[in-house]
Amino acid sequence: MSVLLYSSDTDEPRERDSYLTPHTLRSWLLTTDHKRVGLLYLFTIIVFFVIAAVAAGIMRLNLLTPRGDLVQAETYNRLFTLHGVLMVWFFLIPSIPSVLGNFLLPLMIGARDLAFPKLNLLSWYIFILGGAFAFYALLIGGVDTGWTFYTPYSSTYSNSNVVLMAAGIFIAGFSSILTGLNFIVSIHQMRAPGLTWFRLRLFVWSLYATSLILVLATPVLAITLCLMALERIWRVGIFDPSLGGDPLLFQHLFWFYSHPAVYIMILPGMGVVSELIAAFARKRVFGYTFVAFSSLAIALIGFLVWGHHMFVSSQSVFAGMIFSFLSFLVAVPSAIKVFNWTATLYKGSISLDTPMLYALGFIGLFTVGGMTGLILAALAVDVHVHDTYFVIAHFHYIMVGGMVTAFMGGLHFWWPKITGRMYPELLGKLAAIIIFIGFNLTFFPQFVLGYLGMPRRYHAYPEQFQVYNVLSTAGASILGIGYLLPLLYLLWSCFYGRRVAENPWNALGFEWETASPPPVHNFEKAPIQRDEAYNYAEVASAPGAGLS
Amino acid sequence: MIWLSFLAQIQFSPEQASRTASQVDLLFLCLVGITGSVTLVVAAVALFFLIKYRRTASADRTPAKNSSLTVEVTWSVIPLAIFIILFGWGARLYLHESEIPANATEIHVIGKQWMWKLEHLQGKREINELHVPVGRTIKLLMTSQDVIHSFFIPGFRIKEDVLPGRYTTQWFTPTRIGTYELFCAQYCGTNHALMIGRVIVLDPTAFAEWLRRGEETVSVAQTGERLFRSFGCSGCHSPGASVRAPLLQSIFNSPVPLQDGRIVRSDERYIRDSILLPNTEIVAGYDPVMPSFQGRLSEEELFALITYIKSLGSSQQSSTNAIH
Amino acid sequence: MSTRAAELAEQFEDVAQQREASTLGMWVFLATEVMFFGALFLAFSVTRSLHVESFSQAAKHLDILAGTINTAVLFTSSFTTALAVSALQQGQLKRVIGLLSVSIVLGGLFLAIKGHEYHEKWVEGFFPGNTFAVSGPAGNEVELFFLFYFILTGLHGIHLLIALGVTAVLVWLIVTNRVTPTRSMPLEASALYWHFVDIVWVFVFPLLYLIGGR
Repeated sequence: MSVLLYSSDTDEPRERDSYLTPHTLRSWLLTTDHKRVGLLYLFTIIVFFVIAAVAAGIMRLNLLTPRGDLVQAETYNRLFTLHGVLMVWFFLIPSIPSVLGNFLLPLMIGARDLAFPKLNLLSWYIFILGGAFAFYALLIGGVDTGWTFYTPYSSTYSNSNVVLMAAGIFIAGFSSILTGLNFIVSIHQMRAPGLTWFRLRLFVWSLYATSLILVLATPVLAITLCLMALERIWRVGIFDPSLGGDPLLFQHLFWFYSHPAVYIMILPGMGVVSELIAAFARKRVFGYTFVAFSSLAIALIGFLVWGHHMFVSSQSVFAGMIFSFLSFLVAVPSAIKVFNWTATLYKGSISLDTPMLYALGFIGLFTVGGMTGLILAALAVDVHVHDTYFVIAHFHYIMVGGMVTAFMGGLHFWWPKITGRMYPELLGKLAAIIIFIGFNLTFFPQFVLGYLGMPRRYHAYPEQFQVYNVLSTAGASILGIGYLLPLLYLLWSCFYGRRVAENPWNALGFEWETASPPPVHNFEKAPIQRDEAYNYAEVASAPGAGLS
Repeated sequence: MIWLSFLAQIQFSPEQASRTASQVDLLFLCLVGITGSVTLVVAAVALFFLIKYRRTASADRTPAKNSSLTVEVTWSVIPLAIFIILFGWGARLYLHESEIPANATEIHVIGKQWMWKLEHLQGKREINELHVPVGRTIKLLMTSQDVIHSFFIPGFRIKEDVLPGRYTTQWFTPTRIGTYELFCAQYCGTNHALMIGRVIVLDPTAFAEWLRRGEETVSVAQTGERLFRSFGCSGCHSPGASVRAPLLQSIFNSPVPLQDGRIVRSDERYIRDSILLPNTEIVAGYDPVMPSFQGRLSEEELFALITYIKSLGSSQQSSTNAIH
Repeated sequence: MSTRAAELAEQFEDVAQQREASTLGMWVFLATEVMFFGALFLAFSVTRSLHVESFSQAAKHLDILAGTINTAVLFTSSFTTALAVSALQQGQLKRVIGLLSVSIVLGGLFLAIKGHEYHEKWVEGFFPGNTFAVSGPAGNEVELFFLFYFILTGLHGIHLLIALGVTAVLVWLIVTNRVTPTRSMPLEASALYWHFVDIVWVFVFPLLYLIGGR
C-alpha cells in the first residue's frame, strides 16, 4: 500500500512504497523484515487469544451455577488447562515482545533491522510449529493437568495428551529464546550514533530486561517438560514418588522458570506504559534512570522468588521465609515505577487519548495486582489463600489488567505507525472504558471468593459462593464485548481509517521521524540521537512550538 | 428483597473458628488497609494531576526537575521498611503455625482421588468428615495414595499439601463449635472439586459420645502391634531375635546414627522410609538385611505400625518443625 | 552466524559491527545452553542424591575405557579447532582445512564410540523401557540412572552432531573463499560452540562415569 507522505520541509505529498507494499503471500512468508515478522506474530497470537478466551467464557458460564453442570468435570478441567497454556505461552509471552518489540525495537534504536533478521523469521516458524503441536493436542482432546503440569498427576495419572502438549510448549520455547537473543544483541550492537544506554527509550530497557529472562529461564522449562514427558513415556521415577522420584523437584524446576516467566509477562507492558505516559503527558518520564534500573532489578530478583508458589508444598520453613522476604523485595522496583509514572504527570500536558486511557488503566489495575501480590507474599496469609480464587484474581489483575491493557494501549498508540491509518478515537475510548469496567467486575469478586475459601480449578462449588461467581461471569461478558470492539474497528481501520503522516501524535522518538507505515529499511537517512530521550521540555520551549 | 437479604449476609471472610484464624485475619486486614491506602493515595494524586494538568488547562508548567535522588530514595526506603515489617509479621505467624504443639492429638489423613480418609487414634475412621472436640489441639499427619492433594479448612485458615510417598503435617485448635468446610486445594484430576468434606467441631462431651457410638474399634496402636507381628517385624526387632536389628523401645523421635555418619531424627518419615526403603538409611553398626515392604503395606497399615512404634515410648526431644 | 560470510549483511553498518554482533550472539546462545544443561545436571544431581547406592552400582556398568578415550578424543578435537582458528588468522588456509577436517574426524570418532557404547547397553538390556534388564524397585532406580545417561549423553551427542555439521559447512566456506583471514567471524563463532560442547562433556563424564563408578 503506498502512503502519501508530507515532508516537513515542503508540503508536497510524495508516493512512497512502505514495508507493506509487496502483497504476495510469498513475500510475507519469506520476509526477514522485522516489521512484517511482528505482524505475523500478531495474527498468530490473536488466533490463540480468541481460542483461549472462548475457553474462559465457557468456564465462566459453567460457574454460573454451583453444580457446574454446563460441561462435565473432565471437560472443564481440559478447558482451564487450555486457557492457561494458550494464554501464557501462545499469547502473553510473545505478545508485546514479539509483536510490538519486533516492530519497534530497530526503529527505536535507529537501525535498519534486528541483528539477525533470518533468525527472527525462524523464531516465528518455530512458534508456528510449537503452536501446531499444541493445537493438535487440543483437537484430539486436550490436556487436563492445568498449565502447571504438577507431577505425579501429569507424568503418571492423567489420561490426556500431555506429551504432545509438552512438545508444543517445548518447541515454542525456542522461539522465545531466539527472540530474546536477537533483542539483546541488537540493543548492544546496533544503536544509532549518539544513542548511549541512558538515552535509550524505556521500552527498549524493558525489552532488554525481558530478553535476559527469555534466554536464561526458558531453557530450564525446556528441560523440565522434557524430563516430565520422558518420565511419562518410560515410566521412570524422576518426579513420581511411587517410582522413587521427588514431586517437589518438578515444582522447583517448573517454578524456577515460571516465576521469571511472569516477569516476561509484565516488564514489556511496563515499558509500553512508560512510552505512553511520556507521549501523552508530553514529558520526560520522571526518574528515568531509576525506571530503567528497576526493569533490570525486577528481572534479577525475579529469579530468586520461585518458592513463593510452594509455601504449603512441604518445602522447608526456612526456605519459605527466604522466598517470602525476596518476594517483598521484588515489589520495591515495581513500586518505584508506579510512583515515577505518577510523578511524570506533574506539570505535564496531559491528553486523554485512547492509549493514555489504557496506560492509566494499567497503573491502577497493576497497582491492585501488585498490592495483592504483597498480600500473597505474606507467609501466614498465603497459607490461607494459596490455590484459591484470590491467587487467580491477583494474577489476572497483573496479566490482563496489566499486560493486556498495556498491549492494547501500545497497539493503539503505534497502530498509525504500523498501518499508516488511524483507528476511530471515540470507539477506542469506549472500548477502553468497557474493558476497564468489565475487567473489574470479572475479577474483583474473585478476591472475595478466594478469601472466603473457594479453591481454584473447581468446576462446581458450594452454594454460598454463587453470588460472587455470577458477578464475575457478568463482568466477563462485558469484558468480552470490550475486547471484541477493537478486534473489529482495528480491522476496519486497515481499510477505511484516516491516513496519517509521520507523527500523528506529535511524539518524540525515532519511530515518529519516519513514514507511517515505514519504508522497508525504516529510515531514509540513518537517524542520530542528539540529546536525551523524551526531550519534550526542549521541544516545547523551542521557538514556534505550540503546546501540543 | 433477595438482594437486601444478601447484602445483610455479606461475608468477606469465613468464620474465625481457630486461634490462628483471627491472627491471620488481622494481618490480612492490615495488609489490605496499607496496600489499599497506598493505592487510593496514588490514584487520588494521579487524578489530581490528570485534572490540573490536562492539556487544555492553563496551569503552571514551568519545567520541573525530571529526577530527584532524594525522592527516589524516599519512596524506595519507606515501602521497603513497611514491607520488612509486614514480612516479619507474616513470617512470625507462619513460624508459629509450623511448630506443632507438643500435646496435640494426632489424626491421620489419607487423601486419594477423590476422597479424604481420616482416622482417630482410637481406631474410629471417617470419610470426608472429621469430628473434633472444641479447644483441643489437633495434629494432622497426612499422606496421599496417589497424586498431590491439599487439605484446606478455610474456617481455620490452614492448608498444607498432601503428598504421595511422604508425610506432611499441620495443626489447629478449633475455638468455635460448628461445621466447617474442608476442601482439596491442589488440582488432582477429574473430581477435584468434589473432594470436599466437613470438619465438625463438637463440645467435649458430645465428642466423647460420638467417639463411643458405632462399632467397637481397635486402637490404631493395637492394629499396629498386630501388623508388627503378622508381617514378621518382631522376628528381628525384639530382644532375643536371631537377627540383629535395632530395638524400637523409645526409638521414636530419638537421634539415630547412620552408617554414612549422619545423624537423623527417628520421626514418622524416618520410620516409614525404614519400612519401605530399608537400605537408604542403615543404622550404624547394623547389616543391611532388612527386607523392603514396598507394595505390601497400605498407607493405613503404615500409619498403624508407626503409631504402634510411637506407643513404645518416644525420646524426650519434642518434635520441632515437623513440616519438612 | 551468517553464512553469507564474505559480504556485509544489510542490517549492519559495517563489518566491525557485524563481527561483534555475531560474537555476542554466540555468547548469548551459549548462555542459554548453559541454563539448558545446567538444569539437567541439577535434576540428575538431586535424583542421584536420593538414590546414591543404586546410581553408584548402575554407573559401574558404564564403559569407563570408552568414556576416557572419548574424553581424550574430544579434547584433541578442541585443540585442533583452536589451532585452526589461529591458522586462519595467520592466513594458512590449507592448514585450516586440514585441522578442521581432523576435528570433524575426531568428532565423528567420538560419536562412533558413543554409538558403540549405546549398542552395548542395548544388547545388555540397559535401555530404559519394557525390556530393561533389572526389575523390581532396585531396577527402577538403575533404569532411572540409565534414562539420565541416555538423555545427558544423547543431548550432548546431538549438540556434537550439530557442531560437526557446522564445521563441515565452514570447511566449504573456507574452500570457496567466503571465510577468509579478514572475515574469520564464522569460524571463531563455531569454534566457540565446539569448545562449549567439549566443556559440557567435561561435566557429563565425571557426573556419569566417575562419581561412585569405581
